[in-house]
Amino acid sequence: MAAPNLKAEKRTRQRYRRERRFKALCVGAILLSVAFLVFFFTDIIQRGYTAFYQAEVRAEVTYSERTVDLPPAAVDDEVRPFVSRGWLRQLPDHVEADPDLMGQTVTRWITADAPVGQYLKGQYSELTEQEKAEVDRLREQGQIRLAFNTNFFTNGDSKMAEIAGIKSAVVGSVLTLAVTMAVAFPIGVMSAVYLEEFAPDNRFTRFIEVNINNLAAVPSILYGLLGLAIFINFVGVPRSSALAGGLTLALMTLPIIIISTRAALRAVPDSIREGAFGVGASRLQVVSHHVLPQSLPGILTGSIIGLAQAMGETAPLLLVGMMAFIPSAPEGVTDAATVLPAQIYTWASMPQRAFDEITAAGILVLLAVLLTLNATAVVLRKRFERRW
Amino acid sequence: MQMPQPNDNPRSSGGIAARSAPGTAELREEDDTVESGDRSQPTPASGVTRAPEVGAGAEPETAEAVHPTKVDVRSLSLWYGDTQALFDVNLQIPDKDVTALIGPSGCGKSTFLRCINRMNDLIPSVTTQGQLLLDEADIYGPDVDVVQLRSRVGMVFQKPNPFPKSIYENVAYAPRIHGVAQKGAEMDDLVETSLRKAGLWQEVSDRLSLPGTSLSGGQQQRLCIARAIAVNPDVILMDEPASALDPVATATIEELIDELQSNYTIIIVTHNMQQAARVARYTAFFHLGEVIEYDRTDTIFTTPREKRTEDYITGRFG
Repeated sequence: MAAPNLKAEKRTRQRYRRERRFKALCVGAILLSVAFLVFFFTDIIQRGYTAFYQAEVRAEVTYSERTVDLPPAAVDDEVRPFVSRGWLRQLPDHVEADPDLMGQTVTRWITADAPVGQYLKGQYSELTEQEKAEVDRLREQGQIRLAFNTNFFTNGDSKMAEIAGIKSAVVGSVLTLAVTMAVAFPIGVMSAVYLEEFAPDNRFTRFIEVNINNLAAVPSILYGLLGLAIFINFVGVPRSSALAGGLTLALMTLPIIIISTRAALRAVPDSIREGAFGVGASRLQVVSHHVLPQSLPGILTGSIIGLAQAMGETAPLLLVGMMAFIPSAPEGVTDAATVLPAQIYTWASMPQRAFDEITAAGILVLLAVLLTLNATAVVLRKRFERRW
Repeated sequence: MQMPQPNDNPRSSGGIAARSAPGTAELREEDDTVESGDRSQPTPASGVTRAPEVGAGAEPETAEAVHPTKVDVRSLSLWYGDTQALFDVNLQIPDKDVTALIGPSGCGKSTFLRCINRMNDLIPSVTTQGQLLLDEADIYGPDVDVVQLRSRVGMVFQKPNPFPKSIYENVAYAPRIHGVAQKGAEMDDLVETSLRKAGLWQEVSDRLSLPGTSLSGGQQQRLCIARAIAVNPDVILMDEPASALDPVATATIEELIDELQSNYTIIIVTHNMQQAARVARYTAFFHLGEVIEYDRTDTIFTTPREKRTEDYITGRFG
């Protein structure tokens, strides 16, 4: 190099410094968000994982006319204080499901009362010292154990934490989202295809476009009001049904699907359209043979993101009555149902401490479902992605 | 404007030659010979005359040799919104021959080209006026179906744009949607023939299922040509087909154009004047939306009538 230009050198050093500073800030931002995420997950998992196992008591259960009428009489005095009353109440159902049980005495593991589980897990428990000693003794004898909490996955909601489960909320969410997708996906994609590929560019279509963009930013509770007014009051869809909730969420998801589909369609290069038009394809053929297959990954990704958003939505569902106590899973879209986030909120507002952990467990289930959905979006995008 | 004007009866047998291709009347007997002369020595300034050794004299003067008008443009004007892009264009483009459109950027040559298969219809703000006759029928007529039209007038674009599908599918697509060939052996034959005509068969016969986009640029462009000729159009429009290609691929495309012209009417837009001189028998010079001069290529390049044409081809502007 020729004679060093001091001024230029200084500028170069300054530029490097600036770049390092900027990079450090970016890395800091990432670290901060990762820290939040880690904190959030650790906290939830720590609170929630204990809900996946619960205390069980080994007891002789007598099925007889008397115990069907008076379930607490079915078990010994010794273990009765520790047995879940919620479980005992299901006794008549057992007999109904299997009439052969009548008149028999069965030794089996039955769900323990919530405080027993809390004590065994080392959490706050309302058991007296005497009861705690008894529980310890029974545990040493092998009469009480901690086992996998099947109730959580096979039961609906309950006022008793030990038998409260997430099944009705999961089924409700699945039904609601099925309705949402069945309505929002075809309508959204068709609207987007029309607006992007067929519609003339005039004041009217521009007006529609602006409105769709605005709709995507409307607070979701307003969609709840709209759903209440249209679907429940006007059309007469049953209140708090998956149908009402699904349609309401479809209103909310529609603009998201339309916007993402339009973006995906716009990402298809015009040269593909020209090539197809050039060989004499009609507009419909251009769209269905070339543009749609090309934009499918984008459309699917956008729709799944919209679906995930609808999945986590609670506010609009409040207004159509889906924030409800649903002990048994809905069997159809017109049955009363609730959804995962609503269930989590219901549990979170329960006064009993035992609901703490199942609230966290519910959040874990919701997160797992959302992560699965997002992973599906990624997989679909990868699978359908093609280069041009 | 120094160009043949349409008259009431432009297609009486004598009139065709005289009017459809300017200068044809004088050069009629030379057609074939000049052609070969043109091709063998691509310099436009060579002052082409006869190349007597070619058996042109022996060839009877058929309708083919006369090259009747294929595309007859009569006072075509075009507007993008309020901006006029084409001013009263009149051109008679001969059948089974190569016609080049040259001119500086923005002169309207591509716009004009895209009128011939009505690709401009896709731009909502475009309005056209005048007539554009293909085989004596106005393609802007009320009962013309653009899908049918585009199966008769194929197009090759500046940037190779094969569909993101297999090579086979690229060629088979148009015949399938137009119902030209049935699935199976018939289609296989058609795909092979088209690829052979486009000079691509040797290179891709063993990998027809690979995506068309995996080919090199020049191969992609030949694939696009194969795609265009698969439905056996009358006219092939080429919008700077070699401008995105390297010189070797360009030469291949030019050879291909040369081979195709015996069966197809080819209209090619090019920025490259040597290319026009090499491949085209007729050249139209566009400037600011007007056809300034339209004549035999050799005439345009050696003795242009118009000052602007001369300025452009000698590189004084554009």
